[in-house]
Amino acid sequence: MTRSVYAGLTAAALFCAAVPLSAQNSADALAIGRQMLAEDNPGELWAQRGERLFAEKRGPKGASLERCDLGLGPGKVAGAFAQLPRYFADTDKVQDLESRLMTCMVELQGFKREDIIRNRFGTPDRDSDMEALVSYVGSKSNRMQMDMPLAHAKEREFYKSGEYLFFRRSGPLDFSCATCHTEDGKRVRLQDLPNMMDPKQMQMVVSTGWPAYRGTQASVRTMQHRLYDCNWQMRQADLGFASDTSVALTSYLNGRAKGGVIQLPGVRR
Amino acid sequence: MSEPMRLRATLQGDVADVRILMRHPMETGTRKDAKGEIVPVHFIQSVTVNHNGKTVLEAQWSQAISRDPFLGLRVKGAKAGDKISVTWTDNKGDKRTDETTVAAPS
Repeated sequence: MTRSVYAGLTAAALFCAAVPLSAQNSADALAIGRQMLAEDNPGELWAQRGERLFAEKRGPKGASLERCDLGLGPGKVAGAFAQLPRYFADTDKVQDLESRLMTCMVELQGFKREDIIRNRFGTPDRDSDMEALVSYVGSKSNRMQMDMPLAHAKEREFYKSGEYLFFRRSGPLDFSCATCHTEDGKRVRLQDLPNMMDPKQMQMVVSTGWPAYRGTQASVRTMQHRLYDCNWQMRQADLGFASDTSVALTSYLNGRAKGGVIQLPGVRR
Repeated sequence: MSEPMRLRATLQGDVADVRILMRHPMETGTRKDAKGEIVPVHFIQSVTVNHNGKTVLEAQWSQAISRDPFLGLRVKGAKAGDKISVTWTDNKGDKRTDETTVAAPS
């Protein structure tokens, strides 16, 4: 017992000595921290719970999600995340993972859309089913490459709209996504911001980024939360959960992350 | 009802590398909820790890352990197929046991 405590202290001391904390190389320090967390990512607990929820008969209609079509056919989960958002004929919409899961939960299981939206983000007292399901479905595309389809006219339309939204400045601070995410070395306080014009960094954001376990929030958060929070940070009007605006932005990001090797759930601050 | 733990045990030579993720709020008793009321203390008090039924680790924990805790240990003399079981008990008397088998190195 005592020995392991000393070993832990030594490791901590080495860690501090090897990585002086300065703003300039905060990326290196964070990368080491992330590496340590990734080996035992609490996000795995969300994926595990999501797997159980997916197969469980739930909701007013007492159905599981095993008939849910995420784009590759009913119940096909493996590889689905790599090809989202995409066009779905039954809803005549382009949908990302969250909005598609919501369609399935409403249509197949009979849950109310409002209830799903109310519980979209988990709190310390109540886990979000959505966050668990997204973690599970995301993790079933691990080691595959991002390959969002752009064959359908609506898919191209959403991608184009997303590009427009990414660069369009608006709101009281006159910010756009591009204000922070088109140059290397930009930060919000100590957080390095990805330069989304760089394909490598863009791939990282999508394929190993979201859904991710966030240490500061003690929960998995999804891309929908990331976009919602970015929008809030820019003091824009609230971004509706699974809204067309959010799906268009996700289309633009995921489309440009083509080829990124998926490893989910991620780990973030 | 508590969530199952996530257990992994992989053989490295004659040592099993055991990694345990537990789902638990680990409330410290000092946090306040949205209404400003103190959230009652709720944490894992004891953890026991058994290797083929023999106790190899007994731990007494406090509120100082983080939410969703991780515990890693190395069990000497383990063989592929051995049973590793983990039990935790919290201060409300909730108890959970999960079991896994030691996997050969991949």
